[in-house]
Amino acid sequence: MINQHSVQLVFKQHYEDVTGARLSQKAQQFLQLETGSIRSSKLFVMQTELKAPQVEDFAKQCLADGIVQEVLIDEIAVPKGFRCYICISKQAGVTDDEGVSAQRALADFSNQSPDTASQFIFSKELYYLEAALTEEQLKNIAQAFLANELIHRIDCGALGANAPVLDFVPQVQLKANPGVKTIRLDVSDLELINISKAMLLALNLEEMKAIQKHFLDDNTRSSRQKLGLPAMPTDCEIEVLAQTWSEHCKHKEFNADIEFNNKDIKQKRTVNSLFKTYIKGATDKVKESLEAKGNDWLIKVFNDNAGIVRINEDNLFVWKVETHNSPSALDPYGGAITGILGNNRDPLGTGVGGAKLLFNTNVLCFGNPDYEGPLVGKQLHPRRIFAGVREGIEAGGNKSGIPTVNGSIIFDDRYSGKPLVYCGTGGVMPPQYMGMPSWEKPIAAGDRIVMAGGRVGKDGIHGATFSSIEIDENSPSSAVQIGSPITQKLLSDFLQEACLLGLIKCSTDNGAGGLSSSVGELATISGGARVDLEKVPLKYPGLQPWEIFVSESQERMTLVIEADKLTEVYALAERREVELSDIGVFSDDGFLDVRYQNEPVCYLSMDFLHEGVPTKQMLADWKRPKLDEPALPRYLDYNQVLLALLNSLNICSRETVIRQYDHEVKGKTIIKPLMGRDGAAPQDAAVVRLNFDSFEGIAVSNGIIPRYGDIDPYQMSAGAFDEGIRQIIAVGGSLPNLKEQDGIFWSVNDNFCVPDSEYHEKTNPDGKRKLGKLVLMCEALYDMATYFDIPLTSGKDSMKNDFKAEGVKISVPPTVLYSMAAKIPDVRKTITSNFLEEDDLIYQLGFTYNELGGSEFYKLFDKIGANVPQVRKEQAKEMYKRISEANELELISSCHDISDGGLAVAISECCFGAGLGADIEVNQQAFQDLSLSAILFSESHSRFIVSIHPDNKNTFEVVMDKFAIPLGKVNRRRRLLINQYGDRVIMLGLEALLQSWRRDLRV
Amino acid sequence: MKIKYDLSAVKSLVVTGFGINCEEETVAAYKLAGSTVRLAHLNDIFSGSISIQEFDILTIPGGFSFGDDISSGKVLANKIRFKKLPDGSTLLEQMKQFIADKKFILGICNGFQVLVKLGLLPDLGGDAIQEVSLQQNDSGKFENRWIFMRVNSKSESPFLQDLEVIPVPVRHGEGKIIVRDKKVEVKMLTTHQMCLTYCDNNGRPARGYPNNPNGSTLDCAGLTDRSRQVLGLMPHPEAYLSIYNHPNWRQILREKPDYPKEGLGLQIFKNIVTHIAKRIPQMQ
Repeated sequence: MINQHSVQLVFKQHYEDVTGARLSQKAQQFLQLETGSIRSSKLFVMQTELKAPQVEDFAKQCLADGIVQEVLIDEIAVPKGFRCYICISKQAGVTDDEGVSAQRALADFSNQSPDTASQFIFSKELYYLEAALTEEQLKNIAQAFLANELIHRIDCGALGANAPVLDFVPQVQLKANPGVKTIRLDVSDLELINISKAMLLALNLEEMKAIQKHFLDDNTRSSRQKLGLPAMPTDCEIEVLAQTWSEHCKHKEFNADIEFNNKDIKQKRTVNSLFKTYIKGATDKVKESLEAKGNDWLIKVFNDNAGIVRINEDNLFVWKVETHNSPSALDPYGGAITGILGNNRDPLGTGVGGAKLLFNTNVLCFGNPDYEGPLVGKQLHPRRIFAGVREGIEAGGNKSGIPTVNGSIIFDDRYSGKPLVYCGTGGVMPPQYMGMPSWEKPIAAGDRIVMAGGRVGKDGIHGATFSSIEIDENSPSSAVQIGSPITQKLLSDFLQEACLLGLIKCSTDNGAGGLSSSVGELATISGGARVDLEKVPLKYPGLQPWEIFVSESQERMTLVIEADKLTEVYALAERREVELSDIGVFSDDGFLDVRYQNEPVCYLSMDFLHEGVPTKQMLADWKRPKLDEPALPRYLDYNQVLLALLNSLNICSRETVIRQYDHEVKGKTIIKPLMGRDGAAPQDAAVVRLNFDSFEGIAVSNGIIPRYGDIDPYQMSAGAFDEGIRQIIAVGGSLPNLKEQDGIFWSVNDNFCVPDSEYHEKTNPDGKRKLGKLVLMCEALYDMATYFDIPLTSGKDSMKNDFKAEGVKISVPPTVLYSMAAKIPDVRKTITSNFLEEDDLIYQLGFTYNELGGSEFYKLFDKIGANVPQVRKEQAKEMYKRISEANELELISSCHDISDGGLAVAISECCFGAGLGADIEVNQQAFQDLSLSAILFSESHSRFIVSIHPDNKNTFEVVMDKFAIPLGKVNRRRRLLINQYGDRVIMLGLEALLQSWRRDLRV
Repeated sequence: MKIKYDLSAVKSLVVTGFGINCEEETVAAYKLAGSTVRLAHLNDIFSGSISIQEFDILTIPGGFSFGDDISSGKVLANKIRFKKLPDGSTLLEQMKQFIADKKFILGICNGFQVLVKLGLLPDLGGDAIQEVSLQQNDSGKFENRWIFMRVNSKSESPFLQDLEVIPVPVRHGEGKIIVRDKKVEVKMLTTHQMCLTYCDNNGRPARGYPNNPNGSTLDCAGLTDRSRQVLGLMPHPEAYLSIYNHPNWRQILREKPDYPKEGLGLQIFKNIVTHIAKRIPQMQ
């Protein structure tokens, strides 16, 4: 007989409860609530055949830590002196890893095989608070720091003489019987639109009409009749089409025909697909140029989960960066962790699969965390989003054992509706598995479709379509999921092992669109597939067939396995505790044939499924905004300006965030995000070595400068591309394709995140202009990539980054991130940003212009300006080549790129880390036509601060020629001194600089 | 002088699976130390297809076994304590035999948490009953930062021979040592089983955060058992195999171009491999 028991783990009196103390501190700091002391405790609710004494035995031995905890069975503690409580449980169907781990522990304890197919131990958190708070105050604390009601249940209240009753069990109970519905499409246009809205399909009228036409077609009708399918589409078919045709999967706007009216140059033209013209177009051109010099390292671009380049004879590099914005807006922790884990599965499921994951990188855009205004609708406070996303990245990366080697955080109020959460992962794969090429995806009719990993539930239904629409009050909570790093770790360990053994023919991720898109896409290779949905293991009964097919339950991959290898694959999976299910077979009959207990639920021609979506027609225009350079106060205290810049949100130290990410697990991180004696010097790019047998490595950088787009989207995009390049140059990388067969690969992931750019008279009147910006950003990308011979190998676009509620619309600024990776032949020759020794000579490399437009300096005065930094790519390329020459001669001691905040900020950052200072003069010829503000704070591109050993002066100046502007030298006096014509412009001690820079971001 | 012993005769076993994630660099450490290394999934040990008794040293690397659920290292410790191998023994019993056979066990970070929760460290009483615990850092945060640890010269751990102050990274959220009672604390000191303590860059006492990254009692960073055959520590020596792992390697090499290119963390692995090799009879 099944009984319900509770196990509470209470800390012993003397134990310092860190969790409780932190919660109390946060409540005070952010909510101004005095909670008094808080004690935390863990609660497990078990549904088991075990009797109370057995439960007690298990709890004492396996759950409690006897040194610090006591155990209560079927009893909730009421500690003396505590007046109220908060209890957090998970909602039904939400991942409960801790409960599952307890189940595993119980299995080991009783020597039975673990049952992870059903949940019978549920974990909860229980907090006791000393102060007598009202239920509303308790709820506030819970909502702000402990729970998100989309996924958690909050119980709270006063503690009386009796213990609170906390026996809620989050069991999913679905009453519906599985079945198939048909959707009538022989209806009016208005009704088609209504169907799309009601079913959350995110399909527009034209797309709905294309589906209507297909189903009314005589050929379709007769073939459906033969199979006993209704003439009208089933719910599953409509859902599969909506997933497959979603913006997320088909990139309809990047493939649209765009009428572009560039009013600046009085030019009207049509762009037939931004993707084909500018992105694939650029890579095609770069490829030609590379191959002309015998550089044949570009292995696979755009047509798999991640791009692949060759590092050397023994290793391929496979990597992907993408976004997880909408889920992170609703549940920041869940959104970020599923973002990371989902993105990990991209390189893991590229080609045959099984790449060893080498690093993560994350770029995050948030609203101001100190925002004090009102919040609308489901909008979460920017600090809460920041804190939750940070925590999700910590768990997703650390628990998977993948180092988070670098990243970037950008604050701008326009990200306070939808944050941008870019997750990137790189991995390494051998070029062959048991003699078969690892990068290919061969599938033949007869190969089995095997699902691996987690089970399927209702979680994440409509993720793909949801990410393609703006967030509003009606956004589905089912789109929110919580990742389980441990489930994925078991899966990825298994997959890597199985691939090395040659057991896997190929694999892919189950991400957006779930099985419908993973099987639907793989089936294009063989020419069809047959799936039997009743074979898909479920978390709980009662799911509709269409739900099983489109659910985005996490930690799953789809494997393609030759029938004769099934036994061996299953045996390995059992030893590694990974659940596999053989759910169907690939075919070549041209149809996606999905059944439930042999009843047809979906029968779609592969051709219509993948080619049937109509090309979108869109309108774009552009006219440069009329902007002026601002008038600033005549007298500026440059000491104060520099301190204010160092303390500004976009420049201040990220150390509190960085240190909570493991950035050196695997022991291969050579340039970490913070370096130097005191570990305080921020670095430009990360450098990771490949293995322990050689010193070859990879540099990773991120270029992103959204605020320049307010002035000039072309220069913003070109500038971000330059930023990505120069960060890699700074650490000692060199440009590709400079020599015949030099084998120096570079690879870029482009990630566009833009607001709704589809023109609509009423709802989006400036849509044309927004799309115009996107066209210009893409033009710049093409120009930069082809000029530098740097190919784009993969990427992503996210087109509807708007948040709407209560009549308020918050749209992100058009944003593009260029994530770059490049080969480093010898990591021992890489360069860090921090000055190394007294008397080393300091130079600026590159030229400063009067380009304060969009600068952090102007932002201090709430100005934007007009003179945005321009990329001068010819000059930049020439200089980057010379820097590499200087590095070959080992002339450079330190190198830091100049970006946010300009020269003065960059020099300050070079002083951090080693406790050194700098004596600087800025009266050189090169600065003569510039204001002091421009010299110190202009953010002109393609510049660096370098220091060199005095002995290298002559050679260095010959190599760098006009690009090297001598500025001064490194001092040991721990101060930054900047003079101009004998006048002291800035004089600050290192401690003052550090103190401003180390602003506490409070996460 | 000619080396009179064969390092490759030393057989090291590194276990993995269930969320352990530092296995690759730990294997590299034993390889660089000259031993023969086998990486084995724990389930291949539990199924009986690999026996730990065939090896000289067993290492449980760092990571997040079972996602740190319930408490760090706890679920894996349970498995080792309760799960029966085909021959009816538990892995804990096998490990006790392993120790009785004068072999060595190393637990790093999560591996240390496992050994502590199994009662194998410090095991002052010799009966494998848990005496200390590793709990949440005082900061309440996971932290990845380089710190210094000092070797207790009286600890006589063969892993730590001739080492004094070692810079290494910590990367944990639950590394604060808490002792059961004052008696345990005193005994840890008097027996010198507290073999590693957090310290400042000169080897002087840590005096609180940040030198002591987690608030650990007595600044304790690592423990050995009574036999000195078992070592556990929170910091990651396997993350410092090469000078290029050090966050200040550029400046160190600028000041001293001839500075050893091996990381100081590697020395711990070299020490134990050499120690074992010395007692393996040489085949001529």
